[in-house]
Amino acid sequence: MSDLKQESRSLLEAEGIIKSLGGQPVLRNVNLTLRKGECLGIIGPNGSGKSTLIRLLSGADAPDAGQVIFRGQPLSAYSKKQLARSIAVLQQEALPPVGFTVREVVEMGRYPYQNWLGEEQTDVEPLIGGILSELDLEALAGRPIERLSGGERQRVALAKAAAQQPELLMLDEPTTYLDIGYQQQMMEYIRAWQRIEGVTVVAVLHDLNLAALYCDRILVLHQGRVIETGTPEEVLDADLLEQVYGVRPTIVAHPVHGVPQILLQGSLEPAWKLKRTEDAG
Amino acid sequence: MWWGGAGLALLVLSIILSLSVGSAHIPIRDVWSIIWHAMTDWLTGAGDDVGSSPYRQIVLQVRFPRVVLAVLVGAALSIAGAGFQGVLRNPLADSYTLGVASGSALGAAFMITFGLPYILLSNWTIPIAAFCTGLVSLLIVMRLASINGKFRTETMILAGVVVQAFFGAIVSLLIALSDSLMNGIVFWLMGSLQLRGWPHVAMLTPYVLVGGIVMLALARTLNLFSLGERQALHLGVHVERTKKTVLVIGTLISAAAVSVSGTIGFVGLVTPHLMRLLVGPDYRLVLPLSAIYGGIYVLWADTIARLALSPAELPLGVVTAFIGAPFFAWLLIRHKRKGEEAG
Repeated sequence: MSDLKQESRSLLEAEGIIKSLGGQPVLRNVNLTLRKGECLGIIGPNGSGKSTLIRLLSGADAPDAGQVIFRGQPLSAYSKKQLARSIAVLQQEALPPVGFTVREVVEMGRYPYQNWLGEEQTDVEPLIGGILSELDLEALAGRPIERLSGGERQRVALAKAAAQQPELLMLDEPTTYLDIGYQQQMMEYIRAWQRIEGVTVVAVLHDLNLAALYCDRILVLHQGRVIETGTPEEVLDADLLEQVYGVRPTIVAHPVHGVPQILLQGSLEPAWKLKRTEDAG
Repeated sequence: MWWGGAGLALLVLSIILSLSVGSAHIPIRDVWSIIWHAMTDWLTGAGDDVGSSPYRQIVLQVRFPRVVLAVLVGAALSIAGAGFQGVLRNPLADSYTLGVASGSALGAAFMITFGLPYILLSNWTIPIAAFCTGLVSLLIVMRLASINGKFRTETMILAGVVVQAFFGAIVSLLIALSDSLMNGIVFWLMGSLQLRGWPHVAMLTPYVLVGGIVMLALARTLNLFSLGERQALHLGVHVERTKKTVLVIGTLISAAAVSVSGTIGFVGLVTPHLMRLLVGPDYRLVLPLSAIYGGIYVLWADTIARLALSPAELPLGVVTAFIGAPFFAWLLIRHKRKGEEAG
């Protein structure tokens, strides 16, 4: 009985995924289960296969072996438009500098729902308007993308993803090129979306502190394998992080939320002192 | 919408003006009475009233088809250029820079110089042969230009130049080896609409119509392409399929145009750009407007080619290059500045 309940709660599963790129194995036997409504963070050092994993989970690429099951069926069983109605992907790179306005780009998110003439059965105006106001894009609605800052462009990309009305949102390091103000804003928008609409989120994150703050569970990828999956408290462990990243951080509890946060130990030895030692040697 | 209406009005005006002038000095009143009579005869199904005017032959069999052909060629090259630019996300792509035009010229020149189509099949085979060689040169350019599956603007132009020079040389060689006039080389390399008639219009029209409709049906998809291939993919676009369709249709339309007019540069490059400056990036507008304004561009270029050294003719490509090359240069400078701004 509990097994059945578990089964019905899973939205997406990866089973024994293997993928090589240019002859180099990138993912070696990855298994994961994504539960409905959760936010799963994927962390790992550079080159651990995070972005490749997102490409496979979103159906942009096919695995060499193993399969990705979405709502009980392999990804390959869905048409491109069906997938786009269920899964939206927010990429690391912001939108390119195109001449389309903010509103036009957000409306492009409706493409998978439109017929070949670009028409839809229902009026999408309230939906688009709601998304624009939700993401504070109303004032920018008529402005071309090429005249927006990086943070604003990423917000438009998120709005476009919202217009897809997906069940599952995949984020591929969406905050990489953003300053901390936009980083937090972005994650807050996503969390609000998750709470209100019950959308499920998978996020590849570079920043472990963001992952600990915003993810329900964290998956650690290392050399193409899943090393650990669990709550932030379980995963952000100094030993584990040292094994994966090669440096031993200090872990403290967040003064407000209590979740673990990472501090780099570094070395406070002044640079001139280091130089002196070198000279002496 | 406004630009569309203005474009159509300008097109009609240009056709009227272009029909009225020519190396044979025919009174304008006569030109229009001939066309008026021909049209009413055609509509009412009346027979030819032979000898109504001594100029009848010139107006109906020389000038009129040539004007129509100029508009069709301009529309064809511009639609193809807009499609290439959209799907490759490269502002400098068109059938000329991609080497498609030279490749097509090779196929068409081969068929015509060696008289194959008249032995084998009808006029329709020339565009098909041009299409095959055009596709081959496109594949070569893309192969040369791709670095890990991505195209850089600069490498693509370079590859295009290489292929263009090579295929151009083969065309010249073919014609030099045959007994046809040396004039033919100038025709294939610089383009001309001299001595073209209604059969050529009939040959080109279906390609432009069908190709244009298919391209227009893909306009929304091309809009999504401008956000990047991966963005388009996650919005439910069949990226590879769309890319292939647009490239093949673009090559087919270009090949049909080249079969009729030889290689004409800068039309497919300049027109879509101008349209984007006028109406923005939406391909649902850029494509049809490019067809209209491209038609006007080539019509005027051809009118100048007919008149400038009358009764001798300038090659059409000379005129389009005189207008297009400075624009191309300005585009490069703008592109460079944008690149600098981006970092």
